[in-house]
Amino acid sequence: MADSSLSRAVRWDTVVGALLVVVLLLSFGFVDGFGNSLNLSFLIGNTLPIALIALPMTLLVVAGEIDLSVASTAGLSGAVMGALWNQGMTIETIIPICLVLGVLCGLVNGLLVTRLGLPSLAVTIGTMAAYRGIAQIVLGSDAVTDFPSQYLDFAAGRIGDTFVPYALLPFLVLLAIAVVALHATPFGRALFAIGASEEAARFAGIRVKRQKLLLFVLTGLLSSLTGIFWALHYASARYDNATGLELSVVAAVLLGGIDFDGGKGTLGGAVAGVFLLGALQNVMSLQDVSAQSQIVVTGVLLVLSVLGPRVARQIAVARAGRRAAAPPPLPKTPAPTS
Amino acid sequence: MTHPSDTGPAPVLALRDVSKSFGAVRALRDVSLELFPGEVHALAGENGAGKSTLIKTLAGVHRPDAGQVLLDGEPVVFHGPGDARDAGIAVIYQEPTLFPDLSIAENIFMGRQPRRALGRIDHKATHSVTADLMRRLGVDLDPDRPARGLSIADQQIVEIAKALSFDARVLIMDEPTAALTGSEVARLFGVVRALREEGAAVLFISHRLEEIFQICRRVTTLRDGAWISSELLDGMTEDDLVRRMVGRDLDELYPKQEVTPGEVALSVRRLTREGVFTDVSFEVRRGEIVGLAGLVGAGRTEVARAVFGVDRWDAGEVEVDGQALVNGAPSTAMAAGLALVPEDRRAQGLVMDMSIERNIGLTGLRTTVKAGLVDRGAERSRSLDWAVRLQVKYARIADAVGTLSGGNQQKVVLAKWLATGPKVLIVDEPTRGIDVGTKAEVHRLLSQLAADGVAVLMISSDLPEVLGMADRVLVMHEGRLTAEIPRAEATEETVMAAATGRAAA
Repeated sequence: MADSSLSRAVRWDTVVGALLVVVLLLSFGFVDGFGNSLNLSFLIGNTLPIALIALPMTLLVVAGEIDLSVASTAGLSGAVMGALWNQGMTIETIIPICLVLGVLCGLVNGLLVTRLGLPSLAVTIGTMAAYRGIAQIVLGSDAVTDFPSQYLDFAAGRIGDTFVPYALLPFLVLLAIAVVALHATPFGRALFAIGASEEAARFAGIRVKRQKLLLFVLTGLLSSLTGIFWALHYASARYDNATGLELSVVAAVLLGGIDFDGGKGTLGGAVAGVFLLGALQNVMSLQDVSAQSQIVVTGVLLVLSVLGPRVARQIAVARAGRRAAAPPPLPKTPAPTS
Repeated sequence: MTHPSDTGPAPVLALRDVSKSFGAVRALRDVSLELFPGEVHALAGENGAGKSTLIKTLAGVHRPDAGQVLLDGEPVVFHGPGDARDAGIAVIYQEPTLFPDLSIAENIFMGRQPRRALGRIDHKATHSVTADLMRRLGVDLDPDRPARGLSIADQQIVEIAKALSFDARVLIMDEPTAALTGSEVARLFGVVRALREEGAAVLFISHRLEEIFQICRRVTTLRDGAWISSELLDGMTEDDLVRRMVGRDLDELYPKQEVTPGEVALSVRRLTREGVFTDVSFEVRRGEIVGLAGLVGAGRTEVARAVFGVDRWDAGEVEVDGQALVNGAPSTAMAAGLALVPEDRRAQGLVMDMSIERNIGLTGLRTTVKAGLVDRGAERSRSLDWAVRLQVKYARIADAVGTLSGGNQQKVVLAKWLATGPKVLIVDEPTRGIDVGTKAEVHRLLSQLAADGVAVLMISSDLPEVLGMADRVLVMHEGRLTAEIPRAEATEETVMAAATGRAAA
């Protein structure tokens, strides 16, 4: 047995990856209109917001924290973007402003969690409401739609007749960065230690608070990037953009085998979880399942995703239990005669 | 080494030729044990000798592969812990788990409260029965007080009372004294004697040999899962017992090498953390082992935490090798050459779910780096190197550190810190809860480190250890440094006098 925590996570990763393949194959085979490249590009485009936020969310959950304000941060970014556009600012000025705003949103969450020691679940439920409220104050019930066409085309378009949206490419770059950061750098290694045992991490000289603060800031940044993408992709900046997206992100990340208690999981699993959820939502839309019912499915998946890895682990533990129950007496140092 | 089955009363509970394997590992081989009423029986053996498996077999957690469990001479099969409990067998663990928000009485009767009409809980009955139990044990604990805030010693008393409420005839106490202070141990022993007078059979496990000789009449020794001996303690010496446990003569337990101290490596000046410790100043030189003694709660661990930077200090300064440390920053302390092996290895020293390799690797995340990425090859060889040097007994370096025995876990913590090549090593209770063999290894290691020029500050509540290993003994009492005693003058009396504040230093 390799690193036991890893091998368990890998096993669940494989399960989710296999599920994704099965769902895709079944959909290609049996769902009308699924396999054409236009629909596939829709699938990917609609999943990208979840996927983008899932990157920092995975790191956060591995470190034992969570951020539920991500969708509100995205909505706030979109709203500010719309409001400033109405003021006549150029989009090239607006986007950096929105990104800075996202950083600030993340900073507020991070400071409340690390400086005041508040639980992130509670803090970010609070800021989830607050950021959304500010979005509504900023933009009211307006919908801003007249963004410059080259931006709209980039956010909604695809490369030629292929199924690949333009926006997939920058996402893949971010994904690669996130995978390396989590799985190959000292920073990522420390996140696993923090999530598994914050105290032991601190005693090993890891700067726990600084790392967590950085994660919240990154989450804010990517949430706001997602908000900008959302407004351009759907050519509509409204205060209620991306409402409920945090549910999908958390569901997808947990579905991907990231342990809610922290310290376990891989980004590959999380991304598989994201696209599994995206494919299911796409298929449901094609089958005319109502949006409300889709939320029910997401909620059920969220519960299953917490349950699934645990059941898998219990099976693994039960199988390995006999060995794990007693540490084996290992070869002693050669003992002279007594 | 014969079976003492010729003595008066018949054993209440016995194991006969019990074997138990986990996969390919034989945890118990043909082990026999007889527990007699009114007698305290010691179970001795190093970590990994099979004591835990034996206890779990008696407690119905494991079923033996071969051999029998005999209750009052009759073979029985326990299908689970419930069966064993119904048969009158209770296990008191080292760290009891009570419901903190329930009262002592409610904890004792959890799940089987005496009822009144309409299923209401009869609080009067739970209270009076609990008070009776406390009286039987000769302990003054209020049944209505919540379990939160009880010392570990008091929690154990509650567990014992709970066992009595089940009419337990056999009490198994798994290292009950590991976390207790001297006076708490004395009280616990009073309780154990009371139980013995009532005719209970007690199986007592402890790494402290003097306790075994103090309270037990008979001892069974295990080594590598095999039964070595069962005999009366009368006439045995500690050395005899250690030889049976270890299977060889133990080299000196305190192999202190004489070293001439070098320059000052750690300098702590007027360090104060309000309400915790005040005006603490001392120095540790290269090659020195300085003991830091004192009662639990005197502020020793807190000083170490502040020096390392896990806690902040309010006033004072700390220098390592002439370099001032930043307040509250363990990473800079590490960079300056300071290492801290913390008191609680499970919560502070190790990430239990993580592999041995990565636990040792945690202290090298800044050094085993290539182009900003973790250099896995370097990490592995660093971890392997130190695991081997410290003779950690493990199956694979990628196994979770939680699967190791306590002594081996402690070696991993040491490995993790020695791998940083520290100039100053602070060890907080370095041998707590580990067996004698490993203890001697740790002492040899500390001595060797000092000889190699490392400055060692050793916090320990084990007085013989402090006296045996330290060149100088610093003593703390109620947050202040009250004495500094050179090796030649350090005795149990001088140290205890300073630790209890009786001597004006």
